Amino acid sequence: MATATAVESKPSGSAPRKARKNALSDGQGRLSAILLSPTLLVILVVVGIPIILSIRESLFLANDGINPETGLVESGEKFVGLQNYTDIFAGQNQVVGAYGTIDRFWNAFINTSLFTITCVLLETILGVAMALIMAKAFRGRGFVRAGILVPWAIPTIVSALMWKLIFDESGVMNRILGTKILWLADDNPAFWAVVIADVWKTAPFIGLLTLAGLQTIPAEVYEAAKVDGANAWQQFIRITLPMVKPTLVVAVLFRTLDTMRMFDLPWGMVGQGKYYVETLSIFAYQEAGQQRYGPASAYSIILFVYIMLVAYLFVKILGADVVGDAAPPKKTKRKKKRQDQEAGKSAETAALESMGGAH
Amino acid sequence: MSTTTVEESTSQAEIEKLAHPKRSRKALVGMIASYVGMAAIVIYCILPFYWMVVSSLRLPTEGRSTEFIPNPPSVDNFAGVFAGTNNFGRALINSVIVSGSTTILTLIIGMVAAYALARLKFWGKTMVLGLIISCSMFPQITLIIPLLKMFSSTTPFEWFPYWINTYQALILPTLSFALPLAVWNLTAFFRQLPVELEQAAMVDGCTPGQAFRKVILPLAAPGVFTTAIITFIAAWNEFLIALTFAPDPSIQTATVAISKFTGTTGFDTPYGTIMAAGVIVTVPLLLAVLIFQRRIVAGLSAGGVK
Repeated sequence: MATATAVESKPSGSAPRKARKNALSDGQGRLSAILLSPTLLVILVVVGIPIILSIRESLFLANDGINPETGLVESGEKFVGLQNYTDIFAGQNQVVGAYGTIDRFWNAFINTSLFTITCVLLETILGVAMALIMAKAFRGRGFVRAGILVPWAIPTIVSALMWKLIFDESGVMNRILGTKILWLADDNPAFWAVVIADVWKTAPFIGLLTLAGLQTIPAEVYEAAKVDGANAWQQFIRITLPMVKPTLVVAVLFRTLDTMRMFDLPWGMVGQGKYYVETLSIFAYQEAGQQRYGPASAYSIILFVYIMLVAYLFVKILGADVVGDAAPPKKTKRKKKRQDQEAGKSAETAALESMGGAH
Repeated sequence: MSTTTVEESTSQAEIEKLAHPKRSRKALVGMIASYVGMAAIVIYCILPFYWMVVSSLRLPTEGRSTEFIPNPPSVDNFAGVFAGTNNFGRALINSVIVSGSTTILTLIIGMVAAYALARLKFWGKTMVLGLIISCSMFPQITLIIPLLKMFSSTTPFEWFPYWINTYQALILPTLSFALPLAVWNLTAFFRQLPVELEQAAMVDGCTPGQAFRKVILPLAAPGVFTTAIITFIAAWNEFLIALTFAPDPSIQTATVAISKFTGTTGFDTPYGTIMAAGVIVTVPLLLAVLIFQRRIVAGLSAGGVK
């Protein structure tokens, strides 16, 4: 088994080796299973089982008060099928938010979507601009990098309280702008206050990741473009963006998924039950806090499906583009290897990015 | 060879000029612009944090003051943080316990998994990787609702021990995002190590276990260390899980404690105290990040360069 580890991991592949591989990889499979089992067990316990329980929970509703048929006070919960899901169309829970009088679920749903689109768009533009500036610099890059990590390292809830003070009605933001906007009242400015705080926290990190991508572009490509007479804008559109795209898409994907589950920022800055900034996470949390576990689970499952759907679309679009950029792919092994490398390449980017977020 | 050609065809003056290329005005403007841009980035990132620090250094009664320099400066807020009802010292210890245990557990469990993912060949590896990375994108709220019912042993979980206000109720759910993060990160680090070193060790008579312990682990130490920092920060910054499962002040973590501050000054939101607590919670992380920023960012770009 020892030799198997060594031989099999060798990157070069040839026909005779393949015959041997099957005989030996059985042992590796067993070893892998042993090594992976703790991780998979933990994931099963802390992710797998809760999802199943959550789905189960979403099909139940707590009994409240007196049963009209028997006249007895009932406790516990009863199976209601998909009622928790269909209820979001019933419009029993109307609230007045930024989108007129609509169901509280849809209000939160639209808030979540708009937060995601607005924040990610601004973060990406600002992040790429930062990366371009940093890439140009010869000196002081380390200094800027240190500065950029500051927003990232501050706990989200702390940054929420910090921005709460900045956006206070007699706070420094109004003083600088010379305005008297009630930023943190349940109103439109609150939405933008949260967006500003979120962009502040995460745009630098997108910049950092994009910079890592930018630095892999060989200078020769730009020189060739210059010789061909391309101006700065053309270079940016035709060279920089396509070549930095794999890194950027991963970063944007993770930011998108992270913003979709945003909780800390609106919670800390504006508070609970504020319909202008209430996200699906906050809404579900509040429902759970009032013992309405059934609807809360239903909302969280919808959020889960929504996130999975967006991730799937991202990967689909990303995957299509990877194939489109590359030379006609020889299927099977070579392609797989490249994907492996891609995965490895984006691994740390992804891991770091997934933690750069503000929930 | 080309140099000789140039020498033959150009005058002395022209050589001088070529040897010292004049900075064009455009390049100069570009350079200044890039420095201005960098200054703008740093100011953008630092300024709100500066505001937090400044606000923490005012008198407790001047929490909402908008002076750019505290007048008079005071550290009363920092004393206020640890005063009486806030229980902040306890909260800091809780944070260290929860984040520390999470980090240690995550590293132990994650390291062996990452080794298998980086080195061994087995069926379904892509699937496992996909599963792990998708777990880290998972909305925490979906986990929290059933776990809240379970940990508070309400129907239908009467058989489950009452876990609200326990450390395990904070640590276990935190693993749901910390473990995928660590496995993913460590896999990338292990992949970068040349497999030949391990082979050499095994030729010299090491078992795979020894090869891992004596060769791979010391070499991967920077990667493991970086992963530890990242995991610790992720666990330290966690809010939603701690808010849900630790309503008792004696068990809550620092992030939750800050969000519930009533401070020492009474009715008004005690901004000064909150900001001071924010500084206390943030500064250790900032120091760690600034000291190891090169390592964090180098690890980040290593994947790309490779």
